[in-house]
Amino acid sequence: MTAYPEKQTAITGIGQSKISRGADKSALGLTIDATLQAIENAGLKRSDIDGMACWPGGTGEANGFAPVSIPVLQDALRLKLNWYSNASETSGQYGALFNAVGAIAAGLARHVIVYRTMYEATARKTSFANALNTPGERVYGIFNWYAPYHVYAASLQQALFFNQYVHKSGIKPEQVAQIAINGRKNAALNPAAVYRTPITLDDYLAAPIIATPLRLFDCDVPIDGSTAIILSHRDPAKDGPNPLTWIEAVGSSMRYRNNWVQLDALSTQAQPEVAKMMWNRTDLTVDDIDVAELYDGFSYHTINWLENLGVCGLYEAKDFIEGGQRIALDGDFPINTNGGALSAGRMHAYGQVHEACLQLWGQAGERQVKPKGKDGPKVAVMTTAGGPLAGSFLLARE
Amino acid sequence: MSLPRPLPALTSDNEPFWKGGAKGQLLIQQCTRCSYYIHPPTGYCPECESRDTSYSAVSGKGFVETFTVNHKQWMPGLPDRYVLALVRIAEQDDVRLVTNIVGCDPDDVTFDLPVTVQFEQAEDLWIPLFAPEAGA
Repeated sequence: MTAYPEKQTAITGIGQSKISRGADKSALGLTIDATLQAIENAGLKRSDIDGMACWPGGTGEANGFAPVSIPVLQDALRLKLNWYSNASETSGQYGALFNAVGAIAAGLARHVIVYRTMYEATARKTSFANALNTPGERVYGIFNWYAPYHVYAASLQQALFFNQYVHKSGIKPEQVAQIAINGRKNAALNPAAVYRTPITLDDYLAAPIIATPLRLFDCDVPIDGSTAIILSHRDPAKDGPNPLTWIEAVGSSMRYRNNWVQLDALSTQAQPEVAKMMWNRTDLTVDDIDVAELYDGFSYHTINWLENLGVCGLYEAKDFIEGGQRIALDGDFPINTNGGALSAGRMHAYGQVHEACLQLWGQAGERQVKPKGKDGPKVAVMTTAGGPLAGSFLLARE
Repeated sequence: MSLPRPLPALTSDNEPFWKGGAKGQLLIQQCTRCSYYIHPPTGYCPECESRDTSYSAVSGKGFVETFTVNHKQWMPGLPDRYVLALVRIAEQDDVRLVTNIVGCDPDDVTFDLPVTVQFEQAEDLWIPLFAPEAGA
């Protein structure tokens, strides 16, 4: 199993700006905070960085979704890069990491900064910033098929998948609620989270419905913030200050119709084949996972992933998460340990990577998971999701 | 709905779909060799690899594959609640259309509900909407 090149890459450093519902500095300023912190955390200098990757690129649009492009950051830091890549058509947000794996494996770079910056909290104070379609404008590209039907946000597209999942699985709101309740409980132990006051089942049920079956607390929280990861070749990673932590396996496939409307199986989204690819590239199994940071842009994504990773069977997550004990920090499958996107804030899957490293490195403070019979967690899984988009990978440490 | 619908930009591939309603027709691209319906239209049949395609009027009947009842007021002018749905056409299970379900209370929409197309003109286009089939 050593032939797969991702095992020759390692996360050597992590950094994160202040996460907030309204930043006191620019998106670029936040990104510089995160990247300088990550470089220092990896024991590197600016001059050691020779690659850069980002998802989904810097569009510069007012919506705050992709505010900082690679050329802007490269120039700000005056980096000398051998390789760089911004790309949005990838296996979810982790496409930037997987591209960096490829670049390192190909010898194009040794130390790659991978970052994700969001400025949506500030953007939403001045405009309705997440509009997929705008009245009065003609819609080009794949979303033309949605255009006339009053589809103004991703939550509406996603609700179509989730409602079929509810229909087929029979999951109840009281069970779905456990994802949001668990996230908030963990966020209470995370000083960097944006929402830290615990919520109850009554709070969850009393909150507004967005689009059935989605309720307010099923939807993640737009923030201003930036996360940066240093992905390095495994050889220099051995000499870094952090424990050697390599990418054990990636799931990056596109084997379904990559189409928000025609996707083969609506209720599982594109996750099953991605998980299958990841498990085919490792000797580890689901029983080896000590901590799981599962995408929770919407709570149902997390529920889908529990099933599609094989933690439980298809349509059995309702029983697995019932009561919340098994997914808690001291449960047998702790998830979204920093509060996830639902409570820590929408860092768009990169908050999950930052948190997985803290957990694997024993630096998660009050929320540190302590697997039975081990001196600390050794294997983490991270996932992204969204209709036809999905990606996953395993991180393992010595 | 009082809020004007955002409208699709036309291409040579999607224009028949968005204009077929002018003649009361729901036009779906079809392979002229093996009769497979191709949606979204591409001019290539993934079943038999033919490049010979045309647009055929289908029955306009279908079934609700999945749906959601929207509650949030994303912008002024939206109704309190409305139904966004994916409808699979009666002729072929893997052709799904995004649509609004109209002509009934949002709470009466169910999975696999039989529905029939109707059209609403908007500028130069005819937007396919679906309503519960009579008697359903």
